[in-house]
Amino acid sequence: MRGLRGEAAIVGVAEFAPTRKPEKLWMGLEAYSELARMALDDAGLTIGDVDAVLTGNNLQEAQMFIPATIIEYLGIESHFSEVVDLGGASGAGLVLRAAMAIEMGLCETALCMLYTQAHHRNPKAPPVNYARDWGGGVWGSPQAEFEIPFGAVQGTYGYAMIANRYAHEFGLTGEQRAKVAVDQRTNALAHPDAVFRNTPITTEDVLNSPMICSPLHMLEIVMPCMGGAAVVVTSKEKASKTKNRPVYVVGGGENTTHRSVTYEPDFTHSPIKAASDRAWAMSGLKPKDIDLASLYDCYTITVLLTLEDTGFCGKGEAGRFVMEHDLTYKGDFPMNTHGGQLSFGQAGIAGGMSHVTEAVLQLQGRAGDRQLRKCDTAFVNGNGGIMSEQVSIILRGA
Amino acid sequence: MTVTTYRPNPSPIPNPIPTSAPFWAGTKEHRLMLQRCPSGHVFYYARTHCPQCLSKELEWFEASGRGTLYSFTVCERAQSPDFEPDVPYVVAAIALEEGPRMTSLLVDTPHDQVRCDMPVEVVWQEAGDEVAMPYFRGA
Repeated sequence: MRGLRGEAAIVGVAEFAPTRKPEKLWMGLEAYSELARMALDDAGLTIGDVDAVLTGNNLQEAQMFIPATIIEYLGIESHFSEVVDLGGASGAGLVLRAAMAIEMGLCETALCMLYTQAHHRNPKAPPVNYARDWGGGVWGSPQAEFEIPFGAVQGTYGYAMIANRYAHEFGLTGEQRAKVAVDQRTNALAHPDAVFRNTPITTEDVLNSPMICSPLHMLEIVMPCMGGAAVVVTSKEKASKTKNRPVYVVGGGENTTHRSVTYEPDFTHSPIKAASDRAWAMSGLKPKDIDLASLYDCYTITVLLTLEDTGFCGKGEAGRFVMEHDLTYKGDFPMNTHGGQLSFGQAGIAGGMSHVTEAVLQLQGRAGDRQLRKCDTAFVNGNGGIMSEQVSIILRGA
Repeated sequence: MTVTTYRPNPSPIPNPIPTSAPFWAGTKEHRLMLQRCPSGHVFYYARTHCPQCLSKELEWFEASGRGTLYSFTVCERAQSPDFEPDVPYVVAAIALEEGPRMTSLLVDTPHDQVRCDMPVEVVWQEAGDEVAMPYFRGA
């Protein structure tokens, strides 16, 4: 099979601690500059090494020409510039694209950056009315006409409908869903930057938390935070000169099938399968070869479907699988050892990158109290929209 | 025609584009309109091209208004300010008898009796001069 040869490596990461109320306000360009400085310092590289920039679709200071705006501000030349608009899958998507461009020889060292850091508000502008429609409210958008007027707004209703359909077809209990949240919270207690680092929870806490959209309770749903993350990807040659163990991108796959969950072909067989099948085939690895599963977790149900559709367990088995395994960093199936976004915090579009940064820290042996005894391989999945956009990447330590 | 109110002053209401105008004109007559192409592909929502074959030879036809409940959720917290007066309300993915899926509200059905795959039928909520809203209830 053609694909990545595994010759592009992640060599540095940086992350703002997720928070509800940041002490420091930045403009967008300032936040990207700080993330770049931190990530390059982490790698032992300098801004002079960077010749590619990949970011998300949001920048406070520019609605068009986003890469050029950033590149000028950072004072670099970029030979591969990309805005990636894959929602929660953007983090994995940036890294996959960077690896592709580096292996193709278009560039050598890429900055992949996402942010939702709280920023200065224009004091002369009227108060911002934050879009709750995920950008789908504009005239002519199918969402504006056929979704939003029927209450199909934001993501929770959609994941709740998926959970109900899944329970109808395969059976799924509240305790099984809650196990994901509880084990991930245990992981967050060992992460000094997790928003919920000080609050253990039990199954009863999850199931007694307020019902938001049945069957999903508040503690099964991510809490939006402010934050940002950056990852430096470079060539094999340059990776050998950096500070930490290079983490090679050895497989990747992507799949997008719909925007509104209404049109997801099958609620219980997600587009994740086609993305992860490609990543597995490209890497030559299998689920049993993986030391850390780092799976996008906007909701508990998301993780259960991802475990099945990536092949870590069979279809219809995820509820039993999570009950039979210890998902913590101390356990037999370590998953989302940073706490996942459910307990680490979801920094908007940057939240998905936390699954990449955690995998890198584990592979480099820098995960502190939650460090796995053995971590040479990691599987990362990013999920955007309502199971809409999927990017799987497989990482291996040098 | 008996007029029942399922949701007073529904908001927001759709603002049709030229392509979708026949669908919304149908709603004013309480007809649920779908499109199909010469190959028999039936789809929802309104388009200029068939999403299976990109045919432009499309015709509108009236659907039965019957289907089954593919899935649903009871929203105990409003997911947008417009729906605060409606809590708790049921968002539903309907599998129409003709094949396509559509999202709507499930109304007039006791929440403890809502089940996936139950039969449902369209009901109509008046919503101003241009459109009526196709909602569904247990059949």
